Amino acid sequence: MAEIIEMPKLSDTMTTGTLVNWLVKEGDEVSSGTMIAEVETDKATMEVENFEDGVILKLYAKEGDSVAIGEPICAVGEKGEKAPDVGKKKKEAKKAAEEEEEKSSDDDEEEGGEEEKEDSGKEEQEDASEEEDSGESDGKKEKKAKKESSSKEEEKAPSGEDDGKVRAGETESTEKSGDRIRSSPLARRLAEEKGIDIALVKGSGPGGRIVKADVEKAAKEGTAAKDSAPAKKDAAPAAAMPVETLEAKELPVSNMRAAIARALVSSKTEAPHFYLQTEVDGAPLAALRKSLNDGLAELPSAQGGIKFTVNDLILKASAEAVRRVPAINRSWKGDKIVQHGDVHLAFGVAVDDGLVTPVIREAQSKGLRRISAEAKELIGKARNRKLKPDEMQGSTLTVTNLGMFGITDFYGIINPPNAAILSVGATVKTPVVGKDGQITVGHRMKVGLSGDHRVIDGAVGAQYLAALREILENPALMLV
Amino acid sequence: MAGKSAAKKSSGSAGRKGAPAKKSAPAKKAAAEKKAASADKSPAELRRYADAPVNKAMSKSDKRKAFVDMVRIRKFEQAALQSYQKGKMGGFLHLYIGQEATAIGTCALLGDHDHIITAYRDHGHALAVGMTMNECMAELFGKYTGCSKGKGGSMHFFAPEKRYWGGHGIVGGQTPLGLGIAYALKYKGLQGCCICFLGDGAVNQGPFHESLNLAGLWDLPMIYVIENNRYSMGTSQDRSSVYPEGGLAQRAEAYRIDWDTAHGENLYEVRAKTAQAIERAHKKSRPTVLEIATYRYYGHSIADANHQKYRTKEEILEYQRNRDPIMVWQRILKEEGVLTEDEAKEIETEARNEAKDAIRFADESPFPPESEILTDVYHSVDNPGSHTNQGKIFFNDRLPWE
Amino acid sequence: MALITYRQALKDAFSEEIERDENVFIMGEEVAQYNGAYKVTEGLWEKYGDKRLVDAPISEAGFIGLGIGAAMMGLRPVIEMMFFSFVYVAWDQAVNNASSLRYMSGGLMNVPLVIRGPANGGTNVGATHSHTPENLVANFPGLKCVVPVTAADAKGLMKSSIRDNDPVFFMESTLLYGEESKVPEDPDFLIPLGKADVKREGTDLSIIAHGRSVLVALAAAKELKKKHNIDAEVVDLRSIRPLDEEAIIKSVKKTNRALLVEENKPYCGIGSQISHLIQRRAFDYLDAPVHRISAVDAPAIYSPPLEKVQLPEAKVIVREALDMQNVKA
Repeated sequence: MAEIIEMPKLSDTMTTGTLVNWLVKEGDEVSSGTMIAEVETDKATMEVENFEDGVILKLYAKEGDSVAIGEPICAVGEKGEKAPDVGKKKKEAKKAAEEEEEKSSDDDEEEGGEEEKEDSGKEEQEDASEEEDSGESDGKKEKKAKKESSSKEEEKAPSGEDDGKVRAGETESTEKSGDRIRSSPLARRLAEEKGIDIALVKGSGPGGRIVKADVEKAAKEGTAAKDSAPAKKDAAPAAAMPVETLEAKELPVSNMRAAIARALVSSKTEAPHFYLQTEVDGAPLAALRKSLNDGLAELPSAQGGIKFTVNDLILKASAEAVRRVPAINRSWKGDKIVQHGDVHLAFGVAVDDGLVTPVIREAQSKGLRRISAEAKELIGKARNRKLKPDEMQGSTLTVTNLGMFGITDFYGIINPPNAAILSVGATVKTPVVGKDGQITVGHRMKVGLSGDHRVIDGAVGAQYLAALREILENPALMLV
Repeated sequence: MAGKSAAKKSSGSAGRKGAPAKKSAPAKKAAAEKKAASADKSPAELRRYADAPVNKAMSKSDKRKAFVDMVRIRKFEQAALQSYQKGKMGGFLHLYIGQEATAIGTCALLGDHDHIITAYRDHGHALAVGMTMNECMAELFGKYTGCSKGKGGSMHFFAPEKRYWGGHGIVGGQTPLGLGIAYALKYKGLQGCCICFLGDGAVNQGPFHESLNLAGLWDLPMIYVIENNRYSMGTSQDRSSVYPEGGLAQRAEAYRIDWDTAHGENLYEVRAKTAQAIERAHKKSRPTVLEIATYRYYGHSIADANHQKYRTKEEILEYQRNRDPIMVWQRILKEEGVLTEDEAKEIETEARNEAKDAIRFADESPFPPESEILTDVYHSVDNPGSHTNQGKIFFNDRLPWE
Repeated sequence: MALITYRQALKDAFSEEIERDENVFIMGEEVAQYNGAYKVTEGLWEKYGDKRLVDAPISEAGFIGLGIGAAMMGLRPVIEMMFFSFVYVAWDQAVNNASSLRYMSGGLMNVPLVIRGPANGGTNVGATHSHTPENLVANFPGLKCVVPVTAADAKGLMKSSIRDNDPVFFMESTLLYGEESKVPEDPDFLIPLGKADVKREGTDLSIIAHGRSVLVALAAAKELKKKHNIDAEVVDLRSIRPLDEEAIIKSVKKTNRALLVEENKPYCGIGSQISHLIQRRAFDYLDAPVHRISAVDAPAIYSPPLEKVQLPEAKVIVREALDMQNVKA
């Protein structure tokens, strides 16, 4: 009878192990005490001991496999015996291990990177509405709305009741909020029992609190009887109306969310962020884009037809600006600072449940057409989950764009090991005061920069933003 | 020196001939000349203690039983290890594999008023005093059928009716408790003793020294058995302890206590030395510190992932090949014609099956009900009517299961 | 009824229990030949000899552990701490072992042990000797904790503690040893653990205290009545665990106000437990928030006039009681 050897629990905290090395091969004879494999756990690489006598019938796990506790790794049995099929068992074990992991990482769920709904890969605002789940911003709005309404309630509270009774120095807000009447629990209970409207009783306790003696006095004098005591009771069923609730659920932390959480928590906690913002006149850029697209969008691609997005132009301008302020293109390495010779330009692309940052290599040397083409290809791959790891690594500067959501200004969290991240907002029509003092309708776009203060200072960031503004406002500069 | 004369006064049996490894306070020189068994790299002279009275008195079936008992411990521990690796139990698991002759060599000699208490590596002693594999395995699994209803776990086995006062989790913490057991025996006028097992790491705990002083001072029938497996967790003895040439046990001299050392792979030797200590306790009500040189094949606990970092593979193999207590005993019994190879195999198979059955038993047993959380805290709660308490003992507004 | 000191009451309890049960013995530093550092065991060694009165070296972990082991075997050790503060050097034994053994063995073992000694401040012995660890002890399920204030309580509770099958931490006070009160002479005079005692009846507020604070509360109650015509009820808990919740609730329901007094430090003190209890079970009977008075939250100061201030004083109790009634002093 063949025995299936499972991935053992080798430490008190282990959930999966990586099979580093098989010490036996199929057909080998083993006995109790034979070490059959080396497994790397969360603590160390340890040998796996076999307790069965027989031959190794089959090795289910390959070297390098990550195997959950309880998942089969090999079978031991009599020579010539057929190794059992373990397909089903494997799945079950895997599922159990995943559940275990989900449980343990639940706590991090909230940390997913506040500003990481950015999607600079998309440009048209109409696209955004159908593609983005704006759950997070909804949630925020809701919270805000709640907060507002509760503070309104507080404002509404009449304060006349307690006039003159609040002792100086008492902390009014903690004891009395809204229309709450200060009374002891006992006084409230007595008032209820005696049919007394507690709001009409004068308090004699500390801070004007209504105490037992006050209620008793009122009862005796008959000054505060409730005239509509039953009405309150009748009102109760109304409160029992079904309340509409939103769906509450728990979501697993995907590998992508976990990676985002890890990277951004470490960035936000390790890199001291500073923030700069500049306002750019977006009209010239819009005009350039219009004239380019008017001339090229309809042409077949063989003849050079292409449609540029605002983002393409921003990416190009961002790379171009680095040539003027190369200090922005640096990385913190702990004991040294590296200034990169190439601009590997990352840009954020929102995907289901996450965000990826593909990289355009050597962007400083590429023309607008090339950048646009590469960006489109990378966005496509990102949405189909086809990006290779090396297409998302090695960036030196990152651009994010939330303009398509109507977000006017924000600041991204630095994408390590970059020294800065650009955050591009929507171009909005706004009254501007011209040089002649006349107010006209302007197109304004805000560009923010979050900088890693370990690497660069405010002045470098400011110079870079100035260079970028210069290019964006004179977009012909990026065409040469 | 005051210490010397005091030692002379108390140690009536000091310097007795015929027990070469036996040492006592005045035999300071002798101790220095002798190498501690723990530092002795050469295997024990196996027949040296075969003729000790306690061993001469062994029948063939006694000898066979000792083999069975040691094998049962090993198979139990291996089964426990497998079950742990399958996620059947939580927490720690301190395995006794490699040290079996100590538990069997000592516990087999216990009389009606002899008690034991030990630390957290407690499974071997539990089986040695007759606790069943089922109740022990079920305890490891946290089941209601465990020896402590699943409330104690691996480190906390108890069987007072077998005069086994527990596994104890804090290093050295059991040493004064054992002293109290010895004290109670003396108080009650019973001729008995308490064997308190401790590891080589525990000898540096304050309570151990305090209890040594009290044991020596008050003539308590106490036997401290230091199971020296050479590592206090991951720290080798050299790095953890200052000790005299005679070994850790020689520290007892400072407390005017007789001491001795033994090779832990040789059951005859362990029995012979333990018997002397028991006799001293019974006849003279005097304590003994007995250091047994032994070895654990596995890490300090299951979670000790790095045990091959602080000791070499060769060292482990050396013990397994040359000084394994079960193998050594099997060799002795083969030479004496008591046990054949086939019989040994059969015993192993039986023990393995017994351990497998224990796993099944533990697996199939229920977990304790939630209400058990609030029992066994106070005698007066478990025994209503016999108590005098009036007030509230537990402070729960509402229990989670209500 | 005889008028005797707290010290004598304890001594009588020991004598009676030693004679009643051969398993009872007293062990500690200087308890036998020296007659006890505070003379609580004076004369007992001469009367009962080495077996029942045992002088131990300064090895608290050793002899408290020994006491637990002996108790496991059915003896009933009474272990004296010269100062209760010394129990900290044996914390593993006293708390970890004593509280858990019964539980971890699934009820196979009992630990009928008494650890006793003075636990009080107010004698200017400094921070290390002035601990009142009843809250720490009471936090451990498996341990019991009693704090008597009168001679009668001391005797009745000590006898119950010795006869109890669980470990009892019995906290006395060096400032109380000389206090006299009437004590029944009945050798079976027992006060059950977990029964509070109303030391003064009143209608306007409940002052709930334990240990020496009860005396301070009684003094304050006297002044409240005399100067302000406020009738305070003084409830003496006597036992911290088990706790007499009913007596507390009953009194609060009667007076509608609770003022908690303890010599302990405030943080996670006994008062916090009782305060929770009151709001939980008597919320609708409260006519004022629960107030607490405890030692000022710092290690015990040595300086005599300052230590006096650090511990609860009658005038502070009066001030707080007046505040609760919204009466200007």
